[in-house]
Amino acid sequence: MNTKQLICIGCPLGCQLQAEQNGTEVVSVKGNTCPRGESYALKELTNPTRIVSTSVRVKGGEHRMVSVKTQKDIPKEKILACMEEINGLTVTAPIVIGDVILQNVAGTGVDIVATKTVAASPSSCQDAGSRNF
Amino acid sequence: MQQYDIVIIGAGPAGLAAAVAAHDAGIRHILILERDREPGGILNQCIHNGFGLHTFKEELTGPEYADRFIKQVEERHIEYRLNTMVMGIDIAPDAPMKIVTAMNRQDGMYQIFSKAIILAMGCRERSRGALNIPGYRPAGIYSAGTAQRLVNMEGYLPGKKVVILGSGDIGLIMARRMTLEGAQVQVVAELMPYSGGLKRNIVQCLDDYNIPLKLSHTVIDIQGKERVEGVTLARVDEQNRPIVGTEETYECDTLLLSVGLLPENELSAGLGVKLNPVTSGPFVNESLETNISGVFACGNVLHVHDLVDYVSEEADAAGKNAAAYVKDSRNAVPGVQIEICPQEGVRYTVPSHIRLSQMQDEQTIRFRVGNVYKNCFIRAYLNDRQIVSKKRPVMAPGEMEQLKLKKELLLSQIETGAQNNRLIIRVEVI
Repeated sequence: MNTKQLICIGCPLGCQLQAEQNGTEVVSVKGNTCPRGESYALKELTNPTRIVSTSVRVKGGEHRMVSVKTQKDIPKEKILACMEEINGLTVTAPIVIGDVILQNVAGTGVDIVATKTVAASPSSCQDAGSRNF
Repeated sequence: MQQYDIVIIGAGPAGLAAAVAAHDAGIRHILILERDREPGGILNQCIHNGFGLHTFKEELTGPEYADRFIKQVEERHIEYRLNTMVMGIDIAPDAPMKIVTAMNRQDGMYQIFSKAIILAMGCRERSRGALNIPGYRPAGIYSAGTAQRLVNMEGYLPGKKVVILGSGDIGLIMARRMTLEGAQVQVVAELMPYSGGLKRNIVQCLDDYNIPLKLSHTVIDIQGKERVEGVTLARVDEQNRPIVGTEETYECDTLLLSVGLLPENELSAGLGVKLNPVTSGPFVNESLETNISGVFACGNVLHVHDLVDYVSEEADAAGKNAAAYVKDSRNAVPGVQIEICPQEGVRYTVPSHIRLSQMQDEQTIRFRVGNVYKNCFIRAYLNDRQIVSKKRPVMAPGEMEQLKLKKELLLSQIETGAQNNRLIIRVEVI
């Protein structure tokens, strides 16, 4: 039996958790103020996951970039593979919040969705990289 | 002449929530003025998740959280003007009317009359100039928030090899963000012996990517003339003086500064609003009203928050109170006033005083502590009698605290004869 110290990332409270493990099996979790803490500890010690958020280049939009995220958490070790797939993308405006930008990112079964609405630019046809500030 | 009941300065989370609350309280002539190209404020560049657990019971990204409030404003047909800069606010000769002087590219400079004003301008980052870091002034030094906007909204990566000074939340978030975009974040240095950011951000932004956090460290030199070439860190002693012999130089092309936020109160000061030197935000009463009648403040312009959920909650109160002011439905009896005196460990409180006649059944008092405290109590004393005692296992300056006070409790303890009662709030270590 060994005890692992974790900090829950479920909310800004950041509870200090003590998880008791028997081999790989998590036997008990203490220190959490809500059920999120327990499920976080179980996941973190068996299959740690994270939500990934980033931005994608937009063509013909009123903004140069649209923010996106994984619709749910993906395994931690897939984060960089996920970023690599997203980095190659350019999407065309208009984009509505919630639109699927990429399906099944890095073989995780999770989609990438837009977290912002970007309307088409009135003076469209400008390239993502061509605007000067 | 343009005339409104309430003019709100800023269409960030505070301004949007205040507008919705004022509208729902029955006010129809509301105008929001925003200097940026879109509503949403800083949330537009905070593309990470973690917003809205209190407000919407789900975890949203910044733009998604903003979108919820923008939709509420648009559903109510509340007027807002973008790309519009407010130049000044004055009290009209026929007070209590206020005059807002604004400017944009279409209309030039113009004036708006309003019965009430809600200040919701947010805050700004402290810059290198405020820190007195020696060295040349090469390219490659950014505030963390500027870098955040460049990466997330404009699509530029400011550098490839990065050192971050300051462990506030934006610095931590940017350590992860720059790493995900392919930059190498070498170290985060923090002057204080504790981090200024949320614990969850240390775990998911630094530990996940093996980025070291050096507490009690600061930047003592920046190398490079045209572009940053390196940064020298040193450990500091208890008086924050660099310790000779602990210097370490990191080769890098970029230095990000996440060294604190300051409420942006130039407009408030110009109007004659009294500012608290501790927060750099206005002193306000229980209604979040400043010393100038009919001028309210909420969000980061009032005091810097860690959670947008609390900004929305505070702004909701400011919107309702401004509506009550416009409708003149407030209890005009002056009545008993309670001064809140922060002591021992409590740096400030918002509000700073309570007029009992205007108080709701429950009043939220928000504050920050000045140090890290373990196993302690937050205690409130009204006229030297203890009325609240709340156990707190851990408190840190990076995390805002709050106490909720019941009106009936205050009523039962005030000195009825005295006009002024003292409410002391302090930290007591067991």
